[in-house]
Amino acid sequence: MGALGLLTLVLGQYMGLFWSPPERMMGDVGRMLFTHVPAAWISLLAYTAAFFGALTYLFTSRRGADAFIVGCIEVGVLLNVLLLIEGSLFAKPTWGVWWTWDPRLTLSAVMLLTFVGVLTLRRAVSDPDTRASWTAIASIPAYMTIILTYYSVKWWKSLHQLQSSPETVDVSMTLVLRLNAVAYLLLAIWLIAERARVAYREAKAEMPPLPPVEKVT
Amino acid sequence: MSDFAQIIAIAKRELYLEIRNRGRWAGLFFFAFAVLLMVAFAAPSTSVLRANAGGVLWIGLLLASTRSLDQSYAVEMEDGALEGMVLWPVRPWSLYYGKALSNTLTLLAVAFALLPLVIGICDVSVRGSLSDVVLFTALGCAGLAAPGTLYGLITAKARGSSVLLPLLYFPLVVPVILSAARGTTLVFEGDPMGQSGSWLGLLWAFNALHWSLSGLLYGRIAEDA
Amino acid sequence: MKTDDASVVVHGLCRRFGRRWALSHVNLDLPQGAGVVVTGGNGSGKSTLLRCLATALRAHAGTMTMGGKAMWTHREQLRPHIGYMAHQNHLWMDLSAHENLSAWAGLGGQTVDAPALLEQVGLNAGRRDAVRTFSAGMKRRLAVARMLLRTPRLLLLDEPFSGLDAAGRTDVAKLFAALRAEGTTLVVATHLPQAVVTMVDRCVTLEEGRITSDEPFSGLSA
Repeated sequence: MGALGLLTLVLGQYMGLFWSPPERMMGDVGRMLFTHVPAAWISLLAYTAAFFGALTYLFTSRRGADAFIVGCIEVGVLLNVLLLIEGSLFAKPTWGVWWTWDPRLTLSAVMLLTFVGVLTLRRAVSDPDTRASWTAIASIPAYMTIILTYYSVKWWKSLHQLQSSPETVDVSMTLVLRLNAVAYLLLAIWLIAERARVAYREAKAEMPPLPPVEKVT
Repeated sequence: MSDFAQIIAIAKRELYLEIRNRGRWAGLFFFAFAVLLMVAFAAPSTSVLRANAGGVLWIGLLLASTRSLDQSYAVEMEDGALEGMVLWPVRPWSLYYGKALSNTLTLLAVAFALLPLVIGICDVSVRGSLSDVVLFTALGCAGLAAPGTLYGLITAKARGSSVLLPLLYFPLVVPVILSAARGTTLVFEGDPMGQSGSWLGLLWAFNALHWSLSGLLYGRIAEDA
Repeated sequence: MKTDDASVVVHGLCRRFGRRWALSHVNLDLPQGAGVVVTGGNGSGKSTLLRCLATALRAHAGTMTMGGKAMWTHREQLRPHIGYMAHQNHLWMDLSAHENLSAWAGLGGQTVDAPALLEQVGLNAGRRDAVRTFSAGMKRRLAVARMLLRTPRLLLLDEPFSGLDAAGRTDVAKLFAALRAEGTTLVVATHLPQAVVTMVDRCVTLEEGRITSDEPFSGLSA
């Protein structure tokens, strides 16, 4: 999965840099979107997966669900950081500033802080069962507030591009965008699976086996 | 005993503690006032302050809310009263709503005391209706108290609470701060374009979400040991 | 809950903290009205056992039933019938003794004759002062008064005599012995087994989370 994702990413990035035509208004700067937009989509998808993992944990208390949540949040945070950096690199030549309080940028920053908070909470709890439970609990309002934060920031200010749709974008660009999105998705799935595997092994190592019924002398 | 009666009993006891220990409430108020002053000193001009009076108020209230939540749980954790209530038993959602109600009212008291100071320091005149100001203040305080009561418990039980509470809580209440700050400023300006309704709607939605969600999740935290 | 339904059966109870098993396969039968003192060194698992029985802690393995009902699953139903006096006193430090008792009674929908109850535990003199100003022994007496607000079917006492003088220990022991005479099951964890001679007739010893002995107790030191 990881190898396939990497190959797809290489292909997608090559096509984005060299094959796709430059954007009509932004020129070559527009090529940044082929990595920026997929990072945004997939980070949101990762957080959404964490939300469903959190619900699963609260109902089943399965250690695998906790490991899954950790993987999703960490990959989501990674992509979120990438998204913010890329967004800044895109903003400077396009809008003349490294940062602006545009709704999507602001939402991205708030999302990052929210889920970094959840990861920090994990570090503050030593008991594995409590840690898993609280991570799940903290993830739920965190995720649900994203929707409200999106609308509140959108109404507050808007400078970001209005959402393009395939009808308004040339097919050569849509193809490259989708290819890169698939690449990011494959890599994210692979990273989440690997991280979840490690988290599961760590959790198992933290929990000793049941003691023998009779004390061994 | 009914859930409602338990909620009222818990809120009454908390508020009684606040009233009795006037130093605590006064500490909150002066802390928020100090924040107000610092923001005023940092602002480049009075016109900037005037245009952002709502924001000034809500920054002060946000920071005061973290102190209030810390204090509210310090009282419960000091001699294990929280555990005692869970085992009494007090139903977890009664515990949550009682504390959240009391936290809301405490913040409201600070807010109403701060409002005239904000109006004075930021040199605004209230062109909109006073009832709108009260509504934004009430919904904003409730919006801060709802998730704050849940996260205050989490951080009271975890290590490193002084950093953890703001880190968990601040990003979560961005919709409240934006809505309440923008809405309050608009009401001060008389809301000529009729925009405050959207912000009010968002505040209602945030409150509906978190007052229900946090009540459901509170029990798991309260019982975890 | 009927009086004869409050017998407690613990089987294979295990509970860990981190990698350390604080309780390992604890088996305990507590018929209604039993009086048991739990002894053992520091870290032997006495407090953990009481906290599990109080449903303050969830076990990692094993079962605990009260009146045939799984204690953790039915904890909301069973908790009104379980009294638990922990190391902490479960008090609000800025309220007075009188106010603390009224608040606790109020949470259960009860009214309380606080002065009479405080008199029983020897606290009437300080009833209007904030608990924060109390000595450790006075706080412990107030914690005892809180226990007497209800008549639990199972009463769990973790170091109930902590901070009490000799007279206080005798008075408190009498109060709990009276509860046991009414049918309450008593489980007391203490480093002072001699103080509970009038309250219990059985001694369970814990060592590294396991029960090493469970025998009649007459107060004669081992």
